[in-house]
Amino acid sequence: MESATDNLNEIMAESRKALPADILAYIEEVMKGSEPHSQLISVLHKVQGHFGYLAKEQLDAVAQLLRIPQAKVTGVATFYHFFRLKPRGKFMINVCLGTACYVKGASEVAGRFKEELGIDFGETSGDGMFSLESSRCLGTCGLAPVVMIEGEIHAKVKPEQVPALLDRYRALARGEHA
Amino acid sequence: MAKSITLSIDDKKVTVAEGTTILEAAETCGIRIPRLCYHPDLSLMGSCRVCVVDVKDMGFFMAACSSPVWEGMTVRTNSPEIRQARRDIVELLLDNHTKECQTCERDGNCELQNLAYSLGVRERLFEGERKRFPREVSSLSVIRDSEKCVLCGRCYRVCAEVQGVYNLSQHGRGFSTIVTPAHGAAMDESVCIQCGQCINVCPTAAFLEQKHTDAVWKAIADPDLHVVVQTAPSIRAAIGEGFGLPPGTPETGKMITALRMLGFDAIVDTDFGADLTIVEESHELLQRLSAGGPFPMITSCSSGWVNFLEKFYPSLIPNASSCRSPMSMTSVLLKTYYAEKLGIDPKKIFVVSVMPCVAKKYEAGRPEHAAASGAPYTDAVLTTREAIWMIQSYGIQFESLPNGQFDSLMRIGTGAADIFGTTGGVMEATLRTASELLTGKPSDKLEFTEVRAVEGLRELEIVIGERVLNIGVANGLNNARVLLDKVVSGEKQFHVIEVMACPGGCIGGGGQPYPPVGMKVLDPRLLRQRASALYQIDGGKQLRRSHENPSVRTLYAEFLGEIGGPKAHELLHTRYSAKRPRGI
Repeated sequence: MESATDNLNEIMAESRKALPADILAYIEEVMKGSEPHSQLISVLHKVQGHFGYLAKEQLDAVAQLLRIPQAKVTGVATFYHFFRLKPRGKFMINVCLGTACYVKGASEVAGRFKEELGIDFGETSGDGMFSLESSRCLGTCGLAPVVMIEGEIHAKVKPEQVPALLDRYRALARGEHA
Repeated sequence: MAKSITLSIDDKKVTVAEGTTILEAAETCGIRIPRLCYHPDLSLMGSCRVCVVDVKDMGFFMAACSSPVWEGMTVRTNSPEIRQARRDIVELLLDNHTKECQTCERDGNCELQNLAYSLGVRERLFEGERKRFPREVSSLSVIRDSEKCVLCGRCYRVCAEVQGVYNLSQHGRGFSTIVTPAHGAAMDESVCIQCGQCINVCPTAAFLEQKHTDAVWKAIADPDLHVVVQTAPSIRAAIGEGFGLPPGTPETGKMITALRMLGFDAIVDTDFGADLTIVEESHELLQRLSAGGPFPMITSCSSGWVNFLEKFYPSLIPNASSCRSPMSMTSVLLKTYYAEKLGIDPKKIFVVSVMPCVAKKYEAGRPEHAAASGAPYTDAVLTTREAIWMIQSYGIQFESLPNGQFDSLMRIGTGAADIFGTTGGVMEATLRTASELLTGKPSDKLEFTEVRAVEGLRELEIVIGERVLNIGVANGLNNARVLLDKVVSGEKQFHVIEVMACPGGCIGGGGQPYPPVGMKVLDPRLLRQRASALYQIDGGKQLRRSHENPSVRTLYAEFLGEIGGPKAHELLHTRYSAKRPRGI
């Protein structure tokens, strides 16, 4: 990993290659302003919007192009719950663990998801199909316990319904309509 | 003139300038409020809350370090409630901390331990889960042990604010927060330049140097090895502190005697290598002056700076002097010249260096500083702290030792070499020699006090004969960045720049003793005292110009040939290359 001369051009070219044109244009715009550093989070939002998560290559590219030290960029990326550092599954499962859902047995529901998928919160199943997250109250307490899968609300979920629920989305992924 | 503010601290009237914090105001009336994350030379964090005080009518305890005073403020620094609050805070820190004080490197020298004692923590009330992180030992110089981290943030503040490296940052949140390089990467895959200032400012043992003491004990005990130790200029200015002597006491003689008692076969002076560096570097400067560049020539003695150059400013690699550091020059000569003269097989020579620096451990491991066989020229590097520990561990009564003398072929160092250990020293030594070489006649001017950049950064002009040289001197890499950015942008033409990675130069190095009671790391008073020890040694020497060193002259006459000649180039010079990850 050495070169005899300056490696900046090489690194900047690699960085530009790592990001899509619209984000590069946005960064260029931001760099013209007086406080480009203050736009770090908005740039990371766009990167995650495009790739679904923040990979090392993209984080390094953002650091180089915004001229923000890498440790600061990854410090910010790991601090906020919103940012994902690993690829997300095709379907995002969000189990509500808010008070009402919890009282109605959400933790057993969550447990069944973990068991069926063999993953914990914040992880993605081996086949890349499902990511599991928890949240604190989705605002639909009347439907407790609530599970949201790719934005779709499932009401009054019981643990024993979990396998069928997962199968439905697997079928969806195969292009079948359940 | 700032407005004056009058307030009351523990029923005493105190008048201070507007903008003063409660913590600073209390110090003016003799009260040192306990603190942990606070450091006067770093930005305010206010994260540890150890310095809480009671401010009348506020209804909650305020952090003294980050609260400015106001007119009529009534502060109480001690009460049963405040003492309880501070104790609780430290207890909570302790309960999320390893319980290995007795076997910890910082035992007896730990700010957390001292706080716990002085606040009266005598039991643990909040036993519970605690964080677990593996020790990270990938770097040749710096160990990171996050289990001992109290998240005070001093390490990443010094790394970013003083050194301009910004290798470290808090990652994650809540209970799992950890200080690491970007991506949680290993230190040897980061932009770390191995200066070790994180070790210096850490209140606990979350950062430490890689130990070489075991390797040195083992080598000393091996009858087949000829173990030579060399000591850097700045060691003599700081080693006494490890034995309770006041900072600024020059202790060359006792240091040599102590090392001899440890069992080293020979003790040589890195000053010799420093003089040689000056002779070669002045020659390089003269060559550049007659060839018209490349300018500026930038010194390359500081290993932390060389690492910074390769990762942050590789476009300036052609500007760096190709001279090896004084340590590496001395080591190379020990395994060639010294070996030949004394008739010792170089394979049987084990070279130990005592350095104020942890980056020298990395330098010693660089392939550029190894013989063709792959064997390193420097076999082990001890920091000043490690050398002090070895002397203490042996049971040597340092304070009462008689003075000793360096040995053999490499015992003489001029005053110019001694001042290498402090900011502006390499520049001053270069000017002492170059001024005579440039004009071709002896110069009356010996001391170039104007290049001693005690405030961290200087730009000046020096007139030598008919030439005006544009000079830059910087210590602390954020200061260096100011000069380097001017060079890169073409804003200013310098002829010579001296860069020392650590604040104050080597005397403030990452391997120097932790500060004595009442002083802090980076304390300008401490740095001034250590520097004055070096100027005292310099002033007391007959020989104060590197090219007047008779041992160096003998070396060229009997072994190296011409200054800057092919053999000198082969043995005394090196090369640098751009490294990744590239710093920003």
